[in-house]
Amino acid sequence: MSLVSVQNLTRVFDVSKPWLNRVIERLPKRMLTAVSDVSFEIPARTTYALVGESGSGKSTIGKMVVGLLRPTEGHVEIEGVDLVTETDAAVIDRIRSDIQMIFQDPFASLNPRWRVRDIIVEPVAARGGDTVGLAEKLLTQVGLSPDDAGKYPHQFSGGQRQRICVARALASEPKLIVCDEPTSALDVSVQAQVLNLMSDLKDEHGLTYLFISHDLTVVRHMADTIGVLYLGRLVEEAAPGDLFTKPAHPYTAMLIEAAPRLDAFGREVEPPEGEIPDPTDPPSGCAFHPRCPLATEICSVERPRLEAFGSGRVACHHAGEIALKGAA
Amino acid sequence: MDMPVLSLRNLTVDIPTRHGTLRPVDDVSWDIAAGEILGVVGESGAGKSMTGNAVIGLLDPPAHISAGEVLLEGERIDNYTLAQMRRVRGKRIGMVFQDPLTSLNPLLTIGEQLSETILRHLDVSRSEADARAIQGLDEVGIPSARNRMGAYPHEFSGGMRQRVVIALALCAEPTLLIADEPTTALDVSVQAQIIALLKRLCRERGMAAMLVTHDMGVIAETADRVAVMYAGRLAEIGPVSQIVGQPRHPYTDGLMASTPAASAGQARLRQIPGAMPRLNRMPDGCAFHPRCPRAQDKCRVNPGPKVGTADERAACWFPIEQDEAAA
Repeated sequence: MSLVSVQNLTRVFDVSKPWLNRVIERLPKRMLTAVSDVSFEIPARTTYALVGESGSGKSTIGKMVVGLLRPTEGHVEIEGVDLVTETDAAVIDRIRSDIQMIFQDPFASLNPRWRVRDIIVEPVAARGGDTVGLAEKLLTQVGLSPDDAGKYPHQFSGGQRQRICVARALASEPKLIVCDEPTSALDVSVQAQVLNLMSDLKDEHGLTYLFISHDLTVVRHMADTIGVLYLGRLVEEAAPGDLFTKPAHPYTAMLIEAAPRLDAFGREVEPPEGEIPDPTDPPSGCAFHPRCPLATEICSVERPRLEAFGSGRVACHHAGEIALKGAA
Repeated sequence: MDMPVLSLRNLTVDIPTRHGTLRPVDDVSWDIAAGEILGVVGESGAGKSMTGNAVIGLLDPPAHISAGEVLLEGERIDNYTLAQMRRVRGKRIGMVFQDPLTSLNPLLTIGEQLSETILRHLDVSRSEADARAIQGLDEVGIPSARNRMGAYPHEFSGGMRQRVVIALALCAEPTLLIADEPTTALDVSVQAQIIALLKRLCRERGMAAMLVTHDMGVIAETADRVAVMYAGRLAEIGPVSQIVGQPRHPYTDGLMASTPAASAGQARLRQIPGAMPRLNRMPDGCAFHPRCPRAQDKCRVNPGPKVGTADERAACWFPIEQDEAAA
């Protein structure tokens, strides 16, 4: 059974102006659909990555999976339990301790007034668990010194702080860790250290990751399955091998094409056209059709459904017709 | 050879503090020719932005240029007065910074900002300035430029804002463009658009550019030559094909190898142990030696050989030889 099952997840935000402005200026309510009808499964001990540009809804999904936001429609089940509808407090408590999160900015996610020891053991201490020697053990596991437990966050570099965040996430021995852009704030050489550490810990502790990132190269390295989001909808889902060599959705192909590559110095790229449309007023039919090189009449009328294609799933009327220009 | 547009000669920046003098830029020299894009790459704290700020005279006191020279088209500008420097910035050196929203004045329309810059630096009439502003917006790919002149910065998306900033940097027809992380705040698809735009403009106008970024991929696609900085010093400089294809400095090599793209399909990424030293705890000898797999006794005492000479492009005593890399 899958550890995480996300079904028809939708989240709508009310971004209207205040009530009085609406009355005086005769404005309608404005709704922003950040996530729309997203379904996927994460089998235990695998890494599922969500990629997309800003505004694609990837962080909103992450927050709904850990329970920081309530879905407008649809539901998230972890180990078969929906935390929103579950009424048994003991079950909720058990599932919650199985979920942890790592955030993007290690400077903002550590309390500057707490010592590292207190930060790391907090998930256990909050539940009344035994914390003797725990911080020291975890610090060693993430490649820091046990002596660091008595220091404050400002005494560490960005990479070391992210290691502290990883140690804190491991403290309650979770099964699922949701990582929201865990290495975006780090330099490449340090990013490599943190990614390697996360891979090692996954094997040692049998962890499952939901890995959220905008960086295709990082995702390719870490993920077992990749879901590509565009304007709140899942447009393609596939294993990294297939996704990068033969993307089925034109948006995926565009992302791969646009990402700068090391081996391509002097490459003349035809840059993609247009930008992500306003999410409060998405295009009709397939949201990607105004920027899509394959778009035909049907694309502006009928929204494609996410259907099985090859080894993955894709939502496109012209699935598989796109070919990578630079593909080797 | 033609005179380079920008020459740095042993540029050194010092910050005096109560606990001694910090040196964020240490003895950096390079030339940028007309029409050439020099990519300056390094991790945070390597001194790349500080070098850019030193060139345009925007160092925050107490940081100051303590040694070396900055030559713009053969003319020394590092000892210019503030008033002289104001005539250089914007006119002869255009600047693009990371965050397009903070580079624009939110209270003025983009038309006002462009016309003001043109009137300040060029001897033209008001209507001529407006015409040039529209032409500038057109050139950077802003649709229906004439109608957008009256729009405020918040009415544009991030990518469009960065285009406006580029138009603003180029409107007085500078000979040198300094772009500090111009695409870092943008999405990949927009980043590709901005990179293509910068390349086209440099080529068409024969403008020299100094592109500061931490993204090796952006450098590989954009730059003609690359300068790799580490802890304030120049680690390696050379044509992009050599730096990316056959790095000689162990730091450059490590930097390339640790990008996830470089090790596609491998279970583990290659990592450089440790982190960049802090300015107040700079190691003796070569600054990279505590993290370097090739370090020997000589490296702990003696900083690397000087770079920029014809026969050596890496500041390293034991650079990676070509046949070694192939093995």
